[in-house]
Amino acid sequence: MGEYVPSQDLLPRIDRGETVAIGRLITRAEGDVPEARDALANVYKRSGKAHVIGITGVPGSGKSTLVAAMTAKLVASGKRVGVIAVDPSSPYSGGSILGDRIRMTELANNPNVYIRSMATHGEMGGVARSTLATADILDVAGFDVIIIETVGVGQDEVEIVKASHTTVVVSAPGLGDDIQAIKAGVLEIADMHLVSKCDRPDANKTLTDLKQMLTLNAAKIAQSAWRTPVIGVSSLTGMGLDEFIAALEGHRKISVSSEGDKRRLEIAAFRLEKTAKRMLLEEFDKATGSARAELAHRLSRKEGDPYSFALDLVRSVTQ
Amino acid sequence: MSQPIRVLLAKVGLDGHDRGVKIVARTLRDAGMDVIYTGLHRTPDEVVNAAVQEDVDILGVSLLSGVQLTVFPKIFKLLEEKGSKDLIIVAGGVMPDEDAEAIKKMGVAEVLLQDTPPAQLVANLKRLVSERGPR
Ligand SMILES: Nc1nc2c(ncn2[C@@H]2O[C@H](COP(=O)(O)OP(=O)(O)OP(=O)(O)O)[C@@H](O)[C@H]2O)c(=O)[nH]1
Ligand SMILES: [Mg+2]
Repeated sequence: MGEYVPSQDLLPRIDRGETVAIGRLITRAEGDVPEARDALANVYKRSGKAHVIGITGVPGSGKSTLVAAMTAKLVASGKRVGVIAVDPSSPYSGGSILGDRIRMTELANNPNVYIRSMATHGEMGGVARSTLATADILDVAGFDVIIIETVGVGQDEVEIVKASHTTVVVSAPGLGDDIQAIKAGVLEIADMHLVSKCDRPDANKTLTDLKQMLTLNAAKIAQSAWRTPVIGVSSLTGMGLDEFIAALEGHRKISVSSEGDKRRLEIAAFRLEKTAKRMLLEEFDKATGSARAELAHRLSRKEGDPYSFALDLVRSVTQ
Repeated sequence: MSQPIRVLLAKVGLDGHDRGVKIVARTLRDAGMDVIYTGLHRTPDEVVNAAVQEDVDILGVSLLSGVQLTVFPKIFKLLEEKGSKDLIIVAGGVMPDEDAEAIKKMGVAEVLLQDTPPAQLVANLKRLVSERGPR
């Protein structure tokens, strides 16, 4: 049926904002298609204009609904917005059901909004392997704000900090043991905290509890020029959304300062490490296949020990 | 390492329940596919925009309300305007044989009605993607 369009040929079309071309290069980034690496390298070098915002929080806390509401506001103020919605893959089948889009249907026909769903495909940390490459592509395609919604299951979502300029942690009233749901690690990664569903009466308690916990944490916060705000919002009534968007703008100003340089360096270091480790693993799988089978046999016959055999394998790749 | 097949499931038309689509979604997930579900009452515009942004291998459109002969021409026209060339379109739900024939002539790759056994559904989708080749 369709013929394979070279990735380099997609680039000018991506610069013009052509949806089909954007979507295809993202697919190739996701599949780690070797043919696409040069094009993705080109995209990486030219990216860096967009404000990348990470949104995390426990399942059902209202992230997708919030992304839809904030995107509508941002678009109304003239911004183009890209959304990357990450959901976990099933550990059993490797497949996934990606349902965040259901909450964003009113944005489906907006030409200034691009929504992409992706599964984690076994990647830990709540950020899929290709999330950052996808953000680069949306960046060069002219999206001003890129919102990454990630699964927040506990201590696992910390990677979003190393993928976004601004990290937002969403907590909802009535989910589990109130503030217990907000694990200590997650508390610290936030550049801002939102309490969602503030149209509900029980939201006040969540707000108070959260503020209290943050005060206890004040020592760390005091070192920074940025004061982590706690904002109550409701995606249903629109309450707090303007304040939230103003806070995002405020944090973006900091993220272009020297504090921002530090963050950018962390993001780059993280990405380099992840990419290199992945390549190393691939190299290992490719290069050691037959030697591995052979050594496994010898190991089962106790002709050696696992430590020296493993070291042999590793050396055969790294030398 | 091969990528999971990406499928977008959409329910177009006025009928009010999505039990069937949700079962299909789970079947495909359990077969290792990434399934994007977009909810009830979608319009052809919404479906095409979503399918193109998500760059799915397969767009599955489910209808119960007898609108297939108007919905699919709209979908194909919109896809052409967008420049989408290799999206595989599959129809599901309930429809008479002559409608199934008619929409296949329009370019629907396969009509898999409500009573299709799960294993056959999965096998059909995998075959369609492998026939299309790399993209
Ligand atoms: N009352 C109220 N309910 C809300 C609000 N925002 C979201 N909800 C409800 O909360 C539920 C979960 O919303 P989602 O936006 O899907 O939450 P999520 O965090 O994206 O969920 P996952 O992606 O599954 O982790 C839905 O039933 C929403 O209707 C709000 O502002 N007020
Ligand atoms: Mg969600």
